[in-house]
Amino acid sequence: MKMNGADIMMECLVREGVDTIFGYPGGAIMPVHDAMLKYPIHHVLTRHEQGASHAADGYARASGKVGVAVATSGPGATNLVTGIVTAMMDSVPMVCITGQVPAHLIGGDAFQETDVTGVTLPITKHNYLITRADEIAQVVREAFHIARSGRPGPVLIDFCKNAQLDEIEFEYPEDISLPGYSPPDHAPMDDVNKAVELIEAAERPVILAGHGVQMSGAMEELRIFATKTNTPVSMTLLGLGALPASDPLSLGMMGMHGEACANEAIQNADLILAFGMRFDDRVTGVLSKYAPHAKKIHVEVDPTEIHKNVAVDVPLMGDLKTVLADMIPLLDEYDHPQWMAQIAEWKAETEERSIMSWQDDGKLYSAHAIRAMWTATEGDALVVTGVGQHQMWAAQYYEFEKPYRLLTSGGAGTMGYGLPAALGAWFTDKEKDVWLIDGDGSFQMTQAELSTMMQEGANVKIVLLNNSYLGMVRQWQELFFDERYAATPITGPDFMKLAEAHGIPAKRVTKPEDAMDALEFAKNTPGTVLIEFQVEKEELVYPMVPAGAALNEMLRRPIKSEK
Amino acid sequence: MQNTIVALVEDKPGVLNRIASLFRRRNFNIKSLNVGNSEKPGISRMTIVVDDSVNASQVEANLYKLVNVIDVQDVTDEPAVIRELALIKVSVTPEKRNEISSLADIFRTNVVDVAQDSMTIEIVGTEKKIAGFVELLRPFGILEMVRTGNIAMMRGAMAGKRYMPGKNGTEEQKQYSALSFS
Ligand SMILES: Cc1ncc(C[n+]2csc(CCOP(=O)(O)OP(=O)(O)O)c2C)c(N)n1
Ligand SMILES: [Mg+2]
Repeated sequence: MKMNGADIMMECLVREGVDTIFGYPGGAIMPVHDAMLKYPIHHVLTRHEQGASHAADGYARASGKVGVAVATSGPGATNLVTGIVTAMMDSVPMVCITGQVPAHLIGGDAFQETDVTGVTLPITKHNYLITRADEIAQVVREAFHIARSGRPGPVLIDFCKNAQLDEIEFEYPEDISLPGYSPPDHAPMDDVNKAVELIEAAERPVILAGHGVQMSGAMEELRIFATKTNTPVSMTLLGLGALPASDPLSLGMMGMHGEACANEAIQNADLILAFGMRFDDRVTGVLSKYAPHAKKIHVEVDPTEIHKNVAVDVPLMGDLKTVLADMIPLLDEYDHPQWMAQIAEWKAETEERSIMSWQDDGKLYSAHAIRAMWTATEGDALVVTGVGQHQMWAAQYYEFEKPYRLLTSGGAGTMGYGLPAALGAWFTDKEKDVWLIDGDGSFQMTQAELSTMMQEGANVKIVLLNNSYLGMVRQWQELFFDERYAATPITGPDFMKLAEAHGIPAKRVTKPEDAMDALEFAKNTPGTVLIEFQVEKEELVYPMVPAGAALNEMLRRPIKSEK
Repeated sequence: MQNTIVALVEDKPGVLNRIASLFRRRNFNIKSLNVGNSEKPGISRMTIVVDDSVNASQVEANLYKLVNVIDVQDVTDEPAVIRELALIKVSVTPEKRNEISSLADIFRTNVVDVAQDSMTIEIVGTEKKIAGFVELLRPFGILEMVRTGNIAMMRGAMAGKRYMPGKNGTEEQKQYSALSFS
């Protein structure tokens, strides 16, 4: 059958299982939007292409499917860039399709021509330029395969307008041939055996569970591994939910704002088992002092991560779920009574210093709002965040019991991610309980997406933690710049009126005792609701590992009686 | 010291750009890079020399991660033939012409152009041999020089240490000696 390129694109997307696309139209992509009308694909018109790429990212993280964003050439495409970087840094499967000027005009600085494959080369897993209609089907198949396999990531397809319009005989390629692309699955048994020897010999082991656990679906293997070998588990920001927070072996989050017990465990361990994580500087502290007593085993699907930041003793290159499944039968049950006793001590101190023991001083802390939200949602919400202090508190105080419940920009730390990502997440399952915990700064970066939420009738509960500051930067100014608050005080609109203008029910909370009622109101009111918490302005996120310090050289929250 | 890496890549537009971009982004310093045809249509062969401030295994892994890179071999510590070609234009005077010609003979080079006051010599060899020759010519006055950068090939039926993620150290990797790929 003869079809034009835009129809072929839609046909291929449907065959890849795409049902929702986030995008924005324009001259160079018009045939694609036109073709969408004929296919069972819902197009969500975001208010900015950045919103489209974050929404596609949120859709992907919440569903495990590939998110799709579409934009026109030139400024449309460059507006996607922040969302692409965000997805790249956090290994999110995404396909972005951008219009491009007709092939014969490329290189001539035509209207809205930008070298988009050039711009996105270092921030995509792979990218394509389609200049002819007969390339489309092959490229789309490859793009989806690359985006979702191995270490997932964003793939961009720049789609010349002539290829969208040309009519050709459509043939769906049965196979794809990517001779240079084959992600590893099993790690060599030699290496697995070496790892098992180290595990047997360990007295103070600790597991570092990263995003890879959830991406490879290895939660059950992790639980069995940890329980069988009696090994405590700390998680990266994106790893939260890999093991339930209530599991006795859970140490919570590690890193710059990690739990002190997790950081102490890492620094004192004699064996580190890094599962699907990449030793980012936010989790290691200064490398020269990192985990000085530990042998290290690193299970990782991306070979470039091995020895990149931290040299390891046994690298296990492969898919985490597969490698753990290979390893578990080779392990006996081990006991580390002294180590576990030491860890229990650290945990108790963490408990004592928790802001939760400050409940009674009459002030409204973000942490309390988040904990109240945990109660209101029975700990089962899908939580999306912005970037800043509120993000760290969400990670610390919304205790994640289940996987795929936290959507947050980790590697890129992209403010403005929250609102559009929450919208994208909602589209994966409209019954899902999606809650956005956002900062006043982050929220204002992409708040135009409220209009999209309104147009789509979305149901996202927005918890806005308004401290009238770019709080995380203010925290650094307080600690390291002698309290010079340059460019961090921030005002906002009257958020009640903003919500009203969008037809969104809203409440403002200023006292801790009103938090629960407001959250119940949000929960019980159908559709999107905004609750603004006017929280303590100058609160600090603790613990904090300052730049250049070892992971356990933390600034700790004072124990209450000392304050 | 330096590391020499051979990569087989799909011959598609933009592949060289991907590799150059990767090296820039990861801060790998390229000493030389040579691209040309391989024995297979559609597959180009690159020889990349990086200085040893760069971790060669990181270079291999990162190259391999590019979708268009089919195969990566580190030939640094392997029995390999590594050669470079250079064209050197020296300034000559009638008195010096013979002296330069005999040097060119000793080094088994070819004189490819002779003009009134210059001579262009083509030399093929290891980097060291070329460097030695260049030093001898320098006092005469080198007007221009161009070098291709190294190209490398394993001796006999061997292939270099292949980069096979997830399979390093296995029998499969050790036995893999022919450059057979589909
Ligand atoms: C796009 C972007 N610009 C700047 C930053 C730097 N930055 C990190 S946190 C932060 C403040 C965030 O403020 P807010 O959203 O109000 O959250 P809070 O820290 O107050 O909870 C800033 C400016 C960033 N991460 N992303
Ligand atoms: Mg703020």
